[in-house]
Order: sequence, then structure tokens, then C-alpha cells
Amino acid sequence: MSTNMAKTPTDWQTFTFEMTKLVTADSLLTTPEALAPYECDGLSVYKQQPAMVVLPNTLEEAQAILKHCHAAQVPVVARGAGTGLSGGAMPIEDAVLLSLAKFNKVLDIDVDNRTAVVQPGVRNLAISEAVRHLNFYYAPDPSSQIACTIGGNVAENSGGVHCLKYGLTVHNVMGIKFLNTQGELIELGGNVLDSPGYDLLALMHGSEGLLGIIVEVTVKLLPKPELAQVVLAAFDDVEKAGQAVADIIAAGIVPAGLEMMDRLAIEAAEAFAKAGYPAAEAILLCEVDGTEAGVHDHIQSVEKVLHAAGATEIRTSQNEAERLQFWAGRKAAFPAVGRLAPDYYCMDGTIPKAALPGVLKKIAQWSAEYQLPVANVFHAGDGNMHPLILYDANKPGELEQTEAFGKKILALCVEVGGSITGEHGVGVEKLDSMCVQFHQHELEQFFAIKHAFDPDKLLNPGKAIPTLHRCAELGRMHVHDGQLPHPELERF
Amino acid sequence: MPDLSNELQQTVQTAYQSKTPLNIIGGNSKSWYGRTPVGSPLHVSGHTGIIHYQPSELMITARAGTPLTEIADTLDEHRQRLPFDPPHFGEHATIGGTVACNFSGPRRPYAGSCRDFMLGCNIINGKGELMHFGGEVMKNVAGFDVTRLMAGSLGTLGLLLDLSLKVLPHRLAEQTLTLNADFPAAIEIMNRWAATPLPVTAMAADGKRIYFRVCGTPSAVEKSRQQIDGDLFEDGWSFWKALREHTLAYFDDDPRPLWRFSVPQAAAHIQTEAIDEQDWFIGWGGTQRWLKSDLSFDDIQKLAHNAGGTASLFRDKNSATNRNENSDGSPHGNREGEVFAPLAPALMQLHHRVKHAFDPANILNPGRMYREL
Repeated sequence: MSTNMAKTPTDWQTFTFEMTKLVTADSLLTTPEALAPYECDGLSVYKQQPAMVVLPNTLEEAQAILKHCHAAQVPVVARGAGTGLSGGAMPIEDAVLLSLAKFNKVLDIDVDNRTAVVQPGVRNLAISEAVRHLNFYYAPDPSSQIACTIGGNVAENSGGVHCLKYGLTVHNVMGIKFLNTQGELIELGGNVLDSPGYDLLALMHGSEGLLGIIVEVTVKLLPKPELAQVVLAAFDDVEKAGQAVADIIAAGIVPAGLEMMDRLAIEAAEAFAKAGYPAAEAILLCEVDGTEAGVHDHIQSVEKVLHAAGATEIRTSQNEAERLQFWAGRKAAFPAVGRLAPDYYCMDGTIPKAALPGVLKKIAQWSAEYQLPVANVFHAGDGNMHPLILYDANKPGELEQTEAFGKKILALCVEVGGSITGEHGVGVEKLDSMCVQFHQHELEQFFAIKHAFDPDKLLNPGKAIPTLHRCAELGRMHVHDGQLPHPELERF
Repeated sequence: MPDLSNELQQTVQTAYQSKTPLNIIGGNSKSWYGRTPVGSPLHVSGHTGIIHYQPSELMITARAGTPLTEIADTLDEHRQRLPFDPPHFGEHATIGGTVACNFSGPRRPYAGSCRDFMLGCNIINGKGELMHFGGEVMKNVAGFDVTRLMAGSLGTLGLLLDLSLKVLPHRLAEQTLTLNADFPAAIEIMNRWAATPLPVTAMAADGKRIYFRVCGTPSAVEKSRQQIDGDLFEDGWSFWKALREHTLAYFDDDPRPLWRFSVPQAAAHIQTEAIDEQDWFIGWGGTQRWLKSDLSFDDIQKLAHNAGGTASLFRDKNSATNRNENSDGSPHGNREGEVFAPLAPALMQLHHRVKHAFDPANILNPGRMYREL
């Protein structure tokens, strides 16, 4: 098949026929009905059917598929569980969707070194479940952890509610094996703390399937803390809650989790999960874990700080059931907010914590202007905000309005010194916003890196990094040239 | 607080045009690390000063030439610290050199490495382009993670200008305890404690004793001391600092090269006839093992490989005279040859391509990491 040319139906016939020789019949999906479940990931507003879905059973099959695609210059989109929220695993027309779903084995648990070697299709929570009897666990806990897979976690560098203390995926993965576009196996890191050469392991994290196909992951396992307790504090003012977050950090405490919800999110969560949350403008959930003695000391300090910060109510979990109940509302926040409107759009910007009050005020103002309600859920400890914009996709133009509103929020995050995405990735969703955060040289450098790994641009092309052309077109809208909008906001 | 970004950018642009290799020098405290530097000296320690420090954000941004001591003192005023406990290896050590080497101290296995705490950077690539990656927030997945790629790249991918790092509060209390144990027993015991939730923040073994450091609230430290049931080691603070800075007696003048093994923590103690027990020192709870030895580079790599890891020539004071040679007479296992473990061919090829993506004219610290990079 010729390269760099549109493929004819005959080309595709040949390509598909060759593919049938590489995998078992049930591993190749080509009919529209079979492809339908794969047409989007967790961001369902973007849909596209791929040319075919291939689900290899073995490493050798995956290598053969990649070689075949490379020879025919057919792009490949890798997919795990498809829970991503930015369209990173959305199929591309005339491309192969490579599902790693059958790579779902825990290959080895090294008790002595406290590591586990798993295939990329192993679910995040399944790792902790596989080592529970050893009193170990895998720390990163994205909210989709029941379903999302470790391969996708590496590709997105997923976080979770415990990353302030335990880090992101990149801090908890010790090695990976990946395939390049020609099906060659490359090994990075392993069962050791560091390896010679460049830190390509870090580079692969969050690379959204643009640099290689991950086929094996070695994760770090942690001993379970003796005790975890959570303090729930209510505030009559969001700003006071924000200050309380800073005060906790200033007191020398690194909570295992530190979450904030605003009034709309609290009300929705309470109606849905009946967690017993008090009516308030904001609540904080502050979890401390460690040894029993250490937790008792820190909980006392946290309570003291929250009192001083003006909390109207403070409750501390007295047992594990109560701790889980406190979390139930927060963990159900997204589906709970989802009941308030036909659709919601989840944003993922990060900001310096001190910028929170100003950013929330601005969001409230825009919410009124766009007439689109916003519920705010905030990983307060690490500055990762998830404004949920409520809208109705069936109302003409409302999705477009929502997306425009969302882009304004992300641009604001960049202005105050933050980022357009903390843990959901860029995918197809935030390509325009990337133009706000990065300039020409940086985008060119990204493409140079991409070229180093994938010179033929076959891996998930068009995702994660916008072309200079796209940014130039948008530039007319975003260029401020030293004239920063919203001068009333403090900048950090 | 001089900002030399523009001058440094011009220098790199000129070097790019004339294809002049540059030897990037910060505090010059680690010039002994990596392969022998070549190229025209480019002094960058003048680009210095803390740009932004916000204690409640747990973040500091400093110019790469800022001395580590200045950063430590500033953080200390707010009872905070660099969590990875970097060694200085000299009074003029800078944060840029620390990041370029990805050096971390005794706390590393429990807190994380230098790379783990990097949030953002401004760099100049080999074409003289000034770029900003990452940021000052803890979570940021926009674009490829160039920031962490810079850690440990020995200045071969970009000239580090400004660096943002996550910081953490000081622990409230700490104690160092010791237990008697030879190396094989020490590896087993350290590993056993590491599998518990005890707040251990450093473990090392010298063949006679194991040293544990526990940190946390005073009552948590006291409880841990009872559990470990070791002897209290009064001057723990000095011990860990001396280990970090390689001023312990073990590291005293010795004509032999110092090798660093990076192996799985539970890997059995490496014993061969060619090595005396006192030539070993085990740090990082078993994951980092030091060896003073005249063995050849290849023999060292074999030992490391058999233990499930790799080894590097960390320091070789007499590199010029420690001539290890391949059968064809080319230098090997000293600073003229390779000092880091060889990479698999496909991985080395990828390294070439990544190097080319940042430094197409090969002017940034050429050959400092691998001969060909």
C-alpha cells in the first residue's frame, strides 16, 4: 500500500485481509455495530468510528499489528478502558484502534521488593486488590479506578485524591516496556530506583499514546498505613476555606487528601449520597494517614487550624465506616452533579492555591453571563480544580457555549500561573487551550520529541499537541501581547 | 539577583551557529561526575537568585545558578526543605547542577528523587531557543514532561535556566537508631522494616551496623523507636549528612574508583573473592550500594547485572591512571571511556534521536553522559 496517500477501498481490503492473518477472528472488529462501543472514550461529545478495532492477545500479536500498520503507514490509536476524559483514546478515521483490553494479567508480585509487574490492561484498583493480603496497595487512585487501566494511567499520568502526599502515576511507576511503531520492544527502568540514560520513563508518562504502545508496567507497592482519619469542616465562605487549606500546609502537615466542594456540589452530593454533609458555602475534607501516633497528633493540629480558620462545624471520623461515609459524598460528586442537568462538562485546570478565591469569583461571574450553572470540586491540596459546567446538549448552541466558557476558565488558569490540565490530559479536547499555555518554540520542541519516537506520525496523530497552524489561526483571539486581561486578579 | 537569560541564550545561539561545543559549568562542585567534560567553558552560576517562593504553595522557583545553601536557608526560615535531601559535594553547589545530575540524598527511597519533585523549568535548547515547560503547580499534564526529562540529563539536552520544585515541611522530630548486622542480615532487616508503615526516612548499613532514621511527630518517633528496638545513635544528624556528602570514613581518600550500584532493594549482598567486605557500603535501604574496587568496568557491570541492576563509575580520582582498556586498546571504565552502564541498542538509538531533538548540533555537554551523546 502506498504511503502518504489516501487509501482506496481496495487498499483497505488488502490491509484488513492481512490483519486477519495476524490475530484470531474474535480479535478483529470491523462492522459498524462492533465498532460502535469504541467510538468515544469518557468524553462522549466527540465520536468517531475507527477503520477497525484490533485486540491482540499476546505481545507477539501486538508487535505484528504494529509492523503491519507501519508498513502500510496506517495510524494507531491505543486504548485501555476508555475512561479518559479528554478524548485521548477517541478513534481516528482511517486508523486502527489498538485495544489493550486483553493484556489484563498481573504477571508478578515481588513481595520482597514491593513491586508488581502488570500488563497495561490491568485495572488500577485490581492491583491493590491483588496485594491486599500482603497489606500493600498501589497509591494513585483516580476516581475511575474501578474501571481505568494502568496503561491508560501511565499514558495520562493520572492523579487522584491522594497525590499531594503520594504523588502521581509517574511517582509510583518504576518501569515500563513499550513498543515503538515498528513493533520493537523497549524497556525503561525496572525493579530499581534509577536507570542509566535519559529519564524517558518520565517522558512516557502523560504522553497520551503519542510516543509508544505500553505493554508492561512495573509499579511500586506501598505498605498500608496503620490508620487514616478524615476531618470534615464546613465554612460559610469559600475564601475562608481556601485560607484554611493554606493554614494546614503552613502548620507543617501534609494531608493524604485535601478536598474542597462548593455549595452547589455539596447540595448535589448530599441529595445523591446522603453523606450527612452540613449546609455550607464550602466544605473541606482533610485526610491524615500514617502511624496511629502520628495520625492522632496531626488530627489534633488539623482541628486546631480549622477552628482558627473560622470553620462553622468540624467533624472527625471516629472509625473506618465514618471515614468512608465522609468520603462518599465527595466520591459521588460527579454523578451527583450529573443529576442536576441533562449534561455536564468537567474541567481540569490547576492553579496556585492562593489564586482560588479570585478564580472562583470569576467563574461565578461568567456562570451568570453564560447562564450555565457551575459546581466546583477542588483537589485543594494540589490546586487541581474541577469546575463542572451544567448544560443541555439538546438545546441548540449550548454545548458550544459550554466549551467557550470552559476555554475561558482554562485560559484564566494559565494567567494565574497554572495549567490547562492537571490530570485529564489534552486529548482532542484541549488542543486550542494548549495554544494559550505554550508558544511556538515549545510546540516545536514537542513535535521534535514526537519525531524522535515516531518519525512517521503514526501514533495517535493529531492529539495532545496542537499544530502551529492551528495556534496561529487561534492566535488572533488569544494574543494579548503583554496586555494581560483581568488585572484585578493576583498572580502567582 | 542577576538574570542572565538573554546573555546565555545569545551564547548558545552563537555556539549553535559555529558548532562550538559548550562545557556548562555551574558551581563546579561536580565536575568529576560523568565523562570528562569537553568544550568551551560556559559559566552559568552568575544566573542566580530565588525568583518565587510561596511557602503555602509548597513550591520554590529559583535560577539554576542559585546555591543549594541559599535555597536550604530560605526554606528553613519557613520550616520547609527540599524533600530529596540533595548532596552538595562542595560549598558552591547549585540547584542547576543538582538537577542536571539528579542527585538525591539518604531520604530518596522514602521521599522520592530530585526528578520526582520537579514541577517546571525554563531551558535553552541546543539551538538557542528559550522555552518554558511545566509550571509552579503540582499537577500538570499539558504537553510532554520535558521538565523531568531534564533531571539527570547532565546538561546534554538543555541549559537549565530556572527551576520550579515542590518543597515539603520539616518533620517535627527525628531519631537515628542502630542495630548490629553484617551486610546479608542488614539487607534482610532493612527490607523487613521498609515493608511496614513505620515512618522510616533513611536506612544504611556499613557491614557492622544498620542505621535507621525515623521522622514524624514526637510520639510517632518514640513509638517507632520502641518497635525497632535499636540503640539510640546520638549524632544521627552528622552521620546522615556525612553519608550524603561522602565525608564518612568509608569515602576517605582511596586511590580506587568508587562505583555506584543501583539494584533492587532485596537483592542479595554481592560477594566475590575479588571484593573485601569493607569495600562495600549500602545506602538507600539496599537500593544503592557503593563499592571501592579496581575491577574492570565489564566485571562490575556483570556483578550489577546479576544482582538485577546496573552500576556506574561514580567517582574516579585517578581517572588518568586508572586505565581500563578494551581488547582493542580503547579506554573503558574510566572517564575517557564509558562511566554509565551500556544501553540496549534500540534504547541507545532512541537516546540519539532524543538528543538530536534538543541539540541537533551536539554542542551541549557533548559526550558527558555517553561517548556518543
